[in-house]
Amino acid sequence: MEIIVASSIGVLTAGGVYLLLRLRTFPVILGLALLSYAVNVFLFASGRLATNLPPVLSPYGDASYTDPLPQALVLTAIVISFGMTAVLVMIGLGAFLEADSDRIDMEPEQDGADAANEGSA
Amino acid sequence: MHWIILPVVLPALLAPVIGFVMRHDITLARIASVAGTVLLLAIALGLAYMAADGTTHVYRLGNWPAPFGIVLVLDRLSALMVLLTAALALIVLIHAISTGWDARGRHFHALFQFQLMGICGAFLTGDIFNLFVFFEVLLIASYGLMIHSGGKDRMRAGLQYVVMNLAGSTLFLFALGTLYASTGTLNIADLALRVPEIPAEEAALVRVAAILLMIVFAVKAALFPVQFWLPASYSNAPAPVAALFAIMTKVGAYAILRVHTTVFGPGSPGTEDLATTWLFPAAIVTIALGAFGVLGARRLMPLIAFSVVGSMGTLLVAVAVFSTTATTAALYYMVHSTFAAACLFLIADLVVTRRSGDALRPELPTRQNGLFAALFFAAAIAMAGMPPLSGFLGKLLVLDAIREPGLIGWAWSAILIGSLLTIIGFARAGSVLFWKSTAIAVPDTAEDESEEGAASIQPPLATVGQVAPVMLALAVLGGLAIFAGPVSAYLDNTSAQLFDRAGYVEAVLSPVEER
Repeated sequence: MEIIVASSIGVLTAGGVYLLLRLRTFPVILGLALLSYAVNVFLFASGRLATNLPPVLSPYGDASYTDPLPQALVLTAIVISFGMTAVLVMIGLGAFLEADSDRIDMEPEQDGADAANEGSA
Repeated sequence: MHWIILPVVLPALLAPVIGFVMRHDITLARIASVAGTVLLLAIALGLAYMAADGTTHVYRLGNWPAPFGIVLVLDRLSALMVLLTAALALIVLIHAISTGWDARGRHFHALFQFQLMGICGAFLTGDIFNLFVFFEVLLIASYGLMIHSGGKDRMRAGLQYVVMNLAGSTLFLFALGTLYASTGTLNIADLALRVPEIPAEEAALVRVAAILLMIVFAVKAALFPVQFWLPASYSNAPAPVAALFAIMTKVGAYAILRVHTTVFGPGSPGTEDLATTWLFPAAIVTIALGAFGVLGARRLMPLIAFSVVGSMGTLLVAVAVFSTTATTAALYYMVHSTFAAACLFLIADLVVTRRSGDALRPELPTRQNGLFAALFFAAAIAMAGMPPLSGFLGKLLVLDAIREPGLIGWAWSAILIGSLLTIIGFARAGSVLFWKSTAIAVPDTAEDESEEGAASIQPPLATVGQVAPVMLALAVLGGLAIFAGPVSAYLDNTSAQLFDRAGYVEAVLSPVEER
């Protein structure tokens, strides 16, 4: 199970980073979503992997249990990344409609135009 | 003692009221926002008074004992940062209202209060996961403020800023997962207890977490090599928002100070060498980048943004030494550079809105050219670190505090050459903006002040309310220089308390008294 979890986190992260580096709105949003899935699974695994164990201490006997804290952390992280993705989609849409381009980085042309103006002035 | 949570609760309650109830009434929203910020300042003063005696106050949410529940911790450092936030917020808010920036888009005041909530929470919390949550609160408010009033460039710069910070947040979570997996706790005091117990040869995972956290905080603090988002974001943000963002870079610096001193700092065998090894060179390069940026900028707003990058470099050089004297210097410089950067952005706003843009080229002088020039040069002197304002003392303290043989050469040359380049950059920008303008031949008369005919097309005179915030920030900088003795005595105690790891741990982890 460890190898499956670890490799899936790795693949998700690699895909997320690749898409993030595309610097176009849609791939970047997908890339950040993949990254947040990867980090959620990663956080989940940080409390040690266990199957079929309750996340609470049992008062009946010494049954073992799985760490509940990472699950709470993951829940918080999911909510936050969900909200952030929604904000990102809205801002990305706004930027696309305003600038008519879905590039993430700023173009250097503007500075060049300024320099040309200054040179001629 | 519920005072400690008030800087978080007050804006958190006020913001939805402003957002929902007063959404159609800008006057009411302004009154509520100013009242809330003044109240926040009063609370911050009270907290600073509370913390001044040197005890570490702990607020346990839900009265759960420390490693299990979330705690807010008030010591001299967090009280100082909250006070700094509140004072800066009031200055920025007056400017935003008097220039009408807050009415150029929706929900400025609600987002402003949410932003304050996030910043104050980040300064007060004693739990790293809670720090992440407050980072997200302040970031999501800052996304809204960043694109306030819209526009093509601003939306694109805002998108870049959001993507950068979301990637940073993901990295933060990876760091937290690694830290939790290796130590089993996320409470700062508990971490400070457990990380030093890890021997150097078994600390690989903790070292990874420490470096990941440093990268995350470096993104916030605009440290090389993750500083590239700052000039584009700050120069395209509305100017009052850029002035408020002056405190946001300090959140990153504060987090490095708190986490990498208390948890990974001196005394933790596995991680204590990390900060000086990595943070120091990065900070040196940041100073250089800031200085060259100031020198090469063709527009006023990026010029100021690059000077912010340079000042963060100076600040983090002092932080990277991790000694009490260097931390005192860093804190003094932190207070100074926050107000200096804010002051520059505010005066630049007054100038730029009266010109055709912020390009550095001579244009016909506006009315009150002399006043703006004087204010700009005062702020530039503060930022570049020349006497008589506090920038000089701040840089002097930083230089004086760095005496390690391997560091002194790099730090001194970087800071001194960086300051020189910054002075040249600002002098050039100011001369072009304010003095070369007066050399342009005006068709009728050379004197612009007496020109009544052109008054109809001239932008309006700056009112008292618009100049007052800049004056106020300059007054704070002057006061910081005049009262440097008492201030640095207080900061000495602050850094002594910060390095007193045992005292912090004992205060936070002490058992809850029964009620």
